[in-house]
Amino acid sequence: MYNFEFSNPKTIENATKALSSEDAQALGGGQTLLPTMKQRLASAEVLVSLSGISEMVGVSQSDGTVSIGGATTHAEVARQSREAYPALAQLAGKIGDPAVRNRGTIGGSLANNDPAACYPAGALASGATIQTNKREIQADEFFRGMFETALDEGEIITSVTFPVPEVANYQKFEQPASRFALVGVFVAKTSGGVRVAVTGASNNGVYRWREAEAALSTDFSASAIDGMSGDPSDMIEDLHGSPAYRAHLVGVLTRRAVSSCS
Amino acid sequence: MAADGGMGFATKRREDVRFLTGRGKYTDDYSPANTTYCAFARSTVANGTIKSIDVSVAEEMPGVVAVFTGEDFVEVGGNPAGWAIVSRDGDPMKEPKRPVLAHGKVRHVGDAYAAVIAESLAEAMDAVEAIEADIEELDAVVNMADALANNDVLVHDEIGTNQCFDWGWIEDNRAATDEAIKNAPHVTTLELVNNRLVPNAMEPRCSIGEYDPGTGDYKLTTTSQNPHLTRLLISAFVMGIPENKLTVHAPDVGGGFGSKIYHYGEEALVLAAAKKLGRPVKWTSTRTEAFLSDAHGRDHVTKIELACEKDGTFIAFRTETMANVGAYLSNFSTATPTFLHGTLMAGNYTVPNVYVNVKAVFTNTAPVDAYRGAGRPEATFSLERVIDKAARELGINPVEIRRKNFVKPDQYPFASAAGLEYDSGNYDALMDGLEKHADLAGFEARAAESAKNGKLRGLGVNSYIEACGIAPSNLVGVLGSRVGLYDAATVRVNATGNISVMVGAHSHGQGHETAFPQVVADMLGVDPMSVEIVHGDTSKIPFGMGTYGSRSLAVCGSAVYRATEKIIKKATLIAAHMMEDSAENVDFADGEFSVKGTNKKVGFGEVALKAYIPHDFPIEDIEPGLEETAFYDPANFTYPSGAYACEVEVDPDTGKVDICSMVAMDDFGNVVNPMIVTGQVQGGLAQGIGQALLEHGVYDENGQLLSGSLMDYAMPRADDFPNLVVDHSYATECTHNPIGVKGCGEAGAIGSPPTVVNAVVDALQRGGHDVEHIDMPVSPARVWEAMNG
Repeated sequence: MYNFEFSNPKTIENATKALSSEDAQALGGGQTLLPTMKQRLASAEVLVSLSGISEMVGVSQSDGTVSIGGATTHAEVARQSREAYPALAQLAGKIGDPAVRNRGTIGGSLANNDPAACYPAGALASGATIQTNKREIQADEFFRGMFETALDEGEIITSVTFPVPEVANYQKFEQPASRFALVGVFVAKTSGGVRVAVTGASNNGVYRWREAEAALSTDFSASAIDGMSGDPSDMIEDLHGSPAYRAHLVGVLTRRAVSSCS
Repeated sequence: MAADGGMGFATKRREDVRFLTGRGKYTDDYSPANTTYCAFARSTVANGTIKSIDVSVAEEMPGVVAVFTGEDFVEVGGNPAGWAIVSRDGDPMKEPKRPVLAHGKVRHVGDAYAAVIAESLAEAMDAVEAIEADIEELDAVVNMADALANNDVLVHDEIGTNQCFDWGWIEDNRAATDEAIKNAPHVTTLELVNNRLVPNAMEPRCSIGEYDPGTGDYKLTTTSQNPHLTRLLISAFVMGIPENKLTVHAPDVGGGFGSKIYHYGEEALVLAAAKKLGRPVKWTSTRTEAFLSDAHGRDHVTKIELACEKDGTFIAFRTETMANVGAYLSNFSTATPTFLHGTLMAGNYTVPNVYVNVKAVFTNTAPVDAYRGAGRPEATFSLERVIDKAARELGINPVEIRRKNFVKPDQYPFASAAGLEYDSGNYDALMDGLEKHADLAGFEARAAESAKNGKLRGLGVNSYIEACGIAPSNLVGVLGSRVGLYDAATVRVNATGNISVMVGAHSHGQGHETAFPQVVADMLGVDPMSVEIVHGDTSKIPFGMGTYGSRSLAVCGSAVYRATEKIIKKATLIAAHMMEDSAENVDFADGEFSVKGTNKKVGFGEVALKAYIPHDFPIEDIEPGLEETAFYDPANFTYPSGAYACEVEVDPDTGKVDICSMVAMDDFGNVVNPMIVTGQVQGGLAQGIGQALLEHGVYDENGQLLSGSLMDYAMPRADDFPNLVVDHSYATECTHNPIGVKGCGEAGAIGSPPTVVNAVVDALQRGGHDVEHIDMPVSPARVWEAMNG
């Protein structure tokens, strides 16, 4: 790790100020950034921790939505959204291991947009709204490809608001080493139709599986997408699975998610 | 009669008090005053010519006290291979020099070519980045077949080939084996890969060099499984420091699995730097460095043929293996694929013909050496996979085909067709136990249950034999070992009756501090807690060969036994003197000496005190003191054996394999501490299942390690396992060591991989998939591809 200055603001306003300095980097739970820094693969002049900003921590619900502060840990989401949004609580409760879940945050995960992370699938399938210190961004506009988001320099996720679907389910098939999603599928059935978001599979990061959404919006049953699988043409090829295998898993997991909704 | 807590008691491990309460003292916990810190510059390319290394900027960096390159070590010796192998044509193996730091060329990613010593680790790391190395990248050779097929890319230019040796075992049996296979009614052939493993001990390597200019003494504190061997290699081969001026101390060590047997260049570097600076020099490996520079395990590619009668009677095994040795020969790298592998290729069977061919191959990858099981897992995997395939082809039950060919209890000592003499065993009894404990008869019902849940259930069985208690020096000397493989112990009875036992074996998780005292206490009739083990420090212990090859109890424990016998002999003399009778009339039992036919007796503690207060000794006949040393050289290997069963469920939609049950029946001979033995087997099973399902060291064609971190190298976790059923009650004593023990440290890792793969193939076959083999790790993706091939 290289040396850096550490800033620990207590308000969003002060965090915004701290992040305006040159080569400042926001620090969420640090579950990706800190290991990368330890390996000297990342560095920052100033590390601005968001963990001490109390207005960014916590889960609240109102009027069919669940709102989660950007600095809320996965463990807290798993605990506090269990009743209001069980599928999201289940997703959060299976990220990483207890150490990761008690440090890692929803804002950090979404801002990083790891192509195999779980939260991007949950946010995209739910049609969540991402609030930043500058604006609101719809999930459909937020994810811009592997490790790419709509966030500008110095922009931080202050909270995420999830419209709670009628039913929803997340199925993760774990990569054996990292236990990130080799493929993960989040299915959400809303009054406006069915949304299916896939993580882990694509070279472009999380995406919506429109063909399945169309079929499921007509007939919300696993049989409606029988025999369907993802499009392997731009899927990830690595030690743990070929594009064809990932494409196959997209179909399997989507069917399982739909079956688990009933 | 066994003293309470003596032989056979499941005594809790006394060392766990400090390990479980954070009070263990590992190498990295030691920072002598004035310590400096070392960081290495390591190659990022797999093969390259070092055109120049400019350290001038690095040397001027803040905190930097010295920078070393390969140039500084040109005059010192290379780190040698411990076994000299002779090729089939009579040529000695190719043995290129393994330098302290790469010089001229770098040969694998992670090959260290420079080292910086600084006041802090951060400063050392900064300076490493400031080293300007002009390294011209060359094509790398990674695949073994490519390495043998052409010499366009050579790992070591000076030897003109990538082949280290081409070894035949037993060469005189080659023609007969070929003939037997040619004429056999049935031949089953299988090509398989024994996957490369990265050891990943919990504690990465760490070495601290110290030098005292006042005395000229060196001290190396290091993560080693065998401090005396490390001292010998540094003294006799690499640096020429006299052994009496070098102490090697391996304090608590957090796992080794083989990877800490070997002497590594970093150890020589910190000693040389300490001498130059007159200050302690410390290097602690990062996890990344461990992935790139620890000696890896396995990495064989094998074609095996099994010739048999139509009724399943084995006629011959023949194998052709390519064994990866990586870029340099690590200390045991030439013994592992040969004498620890080929000699086991008759398995538990009366097969008359065995021929093994092994070509060892240099590649631009990290060195490969012994890893838990070391050669025997590779042998067992090849044998037990091809036997399973043969059983399927011949329509014979896999248990029955093994039983048909087992060596029977009345055949011991049994001369195997692969050149070993098995002293004891009862493979049918183990298989009987397996059928019972694993409820093999109930499998079909369980398979039907699984089918209802949409899962394919499979059953795999396996039997194994291995050679432990390494090793009879006279035999290994003939086979090419450059060292003896005895061990040593000193038993020191202190004046107040408590006992220190200095042993050559090294405990890095095995529980010696608990088990060895059980042996001594049992013999002397004393409380085991009055016996303390001293290990790991060459300045305190007799010259021993360390811990690997499941040898500690069988070899070093036997030395402890022999030394304790000497203690009893001498104490009997003292007791006889105290009771004014002759030694022949004195008996010793339950901690008391007594004169036959009288009520005269004296306790062991009184004798001990007398030994150190010899006011009335007949000094011509009895020396004061009570301390004895024994060196023990085994007469043979020991031969643990076992029968294992595994049931798996395969999810046909995803290819994921879940292990439903794993049952291990092992014959370890006598057992000193059954709890520790059970733990050893469970740990071995975890590693074997890890190899079978998860672990894989993968290099790409350019020699980059793709699975170079725990994000991609899948280590097994607790929830990957079912309850592991372990039983070692079907035992036959080892006939040639005084404790009758065989060794248990590696069995689980040897017996489990083929058991798991046999079960997965069985599941797929039962599910209607024509799959004959899947290479390890049997990952979900591989299973799915096999099903949808």
